[in-house]
Amino acid sequence: MENDDIVWSIINKSFCSYKVNTKTQRFCRNEYNLTGLCNRSACPLANSQYATVREEDGNCFLYMKTVERSGFPRNMWEKVKLSKSLEKALRQINEYLVYWPGFTRQKCKQRLLKISQYLIRMRKLRLRRQKKLVPIQRKQDRRERRREEKALVAARLDSAIEKELLERLKRGTYGDIYNFPQVAFNKALEEEEDAEVNMEGDDYGEDEENEGEEPDEDIDEELEKELEEESENEEIEYVEADSDLERELESESDLEDIEPKASNSVKDNTRRKPRLEIEYETETLSKNPKRTV
Amino acid sequence: MESAENAENAEVLVKPPTLTASDRLAAKKRFRTQRRLSTMKNKVLRNAQWATLKKEKRKVKKEGQKQRKKEAEALGDKAPPKQIPRTIENTREADITTVDRDDEEVTFDITHDEYESYFSKTYVPKILITSSDNPHSKTIHFIRELTKIFPSSECQWRKRSSVKKMIQSAKEKDYTDVVVINEDRRVPNGMLVSHLPDGPTAYFKISNVKLTKDMKYKNIIKEFTTHRPEVILNNFQTRLGQAVSRMLASLFHYDPQFKGRRAVTFHNQRDYIFFRHHRYEFKSQKRAALRELGPRFTLRLKWLQKGTFDTIEGDYEWIIAGKRHEMETSRRRFFL
Repeated sequence: MENDDIVWSIINKSFCSYKVNTKTQRFCRNEYNLTGLCNRSACPLANSQYATVREEDGNCFLYMKTVERSGFPRNMWEKVKLSKSLEKALRQINEYLVYWPGFTRQKCKQRLLKISQYLIRMRKLRLRRQKKLVPIQRKQDRRERRREEKALVAARLDSAIEKELLERLKRGTYGDIYNFPQVAFNKALEEEEDAEVNMEGDDYGEDEENEGEEPDEDIDEELEKELEEESENEEIEYVEADSDLERELESESDLEDIEPKASNSVKDNTRRKPRLEIEYETETLSKNPKRTV
Repeated sequence: MESAENAENAEVLVKPPTLTASDRLAAKKRFRTQRRLSTMKNKVLRNAQWATLKKEKRKVKKEGQKQRKKEAEALGDKAPPKQIPRTIENTREADITTVDRDDEEVTFDITHDEYESYFSKTYVPKILITSSDNPHSKTIHFIRELTKIFPSSECQWRKRSSVKKMIQSAKEKDYTDVVVINEDRRVPNGMLVSHLPDGPTAYFKISNVKLTKDMKYKNIIKEFTTHRPEVILNNFQTRLGQAVSRMLASLFHYDPQFKGRRAVTFHNQRDYIFFRHHRYEFKSQKRAALRELGPRFTLRLKWLQKGTFDTIEGDYEWIIAGKRHEMETSRRRFFL
């Protein structure tokens, strides 16, 4: 008992390792402290008779320190397990701290109350669904993002989707919705071609095959371009054969009437006269002043 | 020698070009400058040197290309076959579980899984879409769009129910699939798909979500019809990939309305599943025009479980969460 004041005068004035100074208050970091503040009445070092309530794994314990044991630091704190029900625990505190100063008793009970409240809360939360916080590993995240970008580039989605759709069209999953007579038409024509190729010479056969392979372009511009290119090559051929002028004029009128299925009609013409039709095609669509004469 | 090999094996990958003496000298010089670069402390100078080095390399490469092209033209038919560039897809590590279409056993296994009833057209999928608690605006928009994409889907708010309980009540109300969109930092970042009568559950990580209103074309919302879309599943090669693709396909009605010309695509590339939603139009036999509608997002499979959602006691068919070091052994190894 005599030491208490001496201890306090030293701790208070000069240095205490458990003391934490903030702007408004002084806190005590000692684990046995009852209130958590640094006061004369609450300091466990400066009071040889002291009591606290502490919680361990959901169990509350009452710790008591008396003068008689102040010489034996090992056995200084007496640990008593309190009941799990709040009422019984309070009565236990009253029983153990019966002749103790009122401050200590009051504070112990308050502390017990607070502890039991937060234990209840913890139990409730544990039963609910907890959001699991998964830390983002920065490197992994960066790597995944970069790989995703590269995969996107490698995927070439538009062309892949287009290809798949066209394949489905070919396979016939769409049935009769799309009227591309080209399909059946082309097939029939190809069969005809093969038959004709066998009968005629190689040159014309080659031309026909090329014709068959030409993609159908409904877009006029591209058709024109292609045919212009061809016309440049084949102009020479045309000059030799004069009698074709009449037929050429006929086919021209045909083409003017039919717009969207231009290529189709052209093909019709070619099928009737395989050998010479090619030349007609090119001449009529290209804008060559010679022809007007 | 090279051309002979090429002639034998048409799919030969790029081989280093035959070098002359001067070429070799230049290469040595380049190598030395490259080594020297690492010792230069001045970043500006170092970057400048690197740029010049790159330029030289590119020049050499272009010249090589030109040469090869010329040679190929000169030789005409006898030219060696075109070299195929090495890509990650060509050099992918061969997976044991790659599905071989011809193997009857495998196809039998695949077709007789939990989705057999879907693919035999016995039921129409009914989807329940929900989110995590307190979703923010982006997630809400995303969920609304998903309800437009999946035909016969309904959106309900979470109201703090657990997934297991949700699944129970959904089973009672005859839903066939449950989709839960998880949110993090105000943005959707995870999707849990669970097939209901004891079906598999999969969790995907969502990234790069782009909503319809952020698309390039304006007023695209008006192009959304209620026709049932057709589903395109690209590039799912392994058994796991097949399982995932069947799962995603079963969210849609088995009978698409082709007149609507809507196509929904799940394209797998290097384990990233890209989702796109298009309206298509066949311009001709060989051309199709696509117009992108709807959201686009990327999925990455995190785990696949046998039964319905049960992270603690469930039977995981595939999981990558804690096993990265075991699984990601090489850059050329993919699982889907």
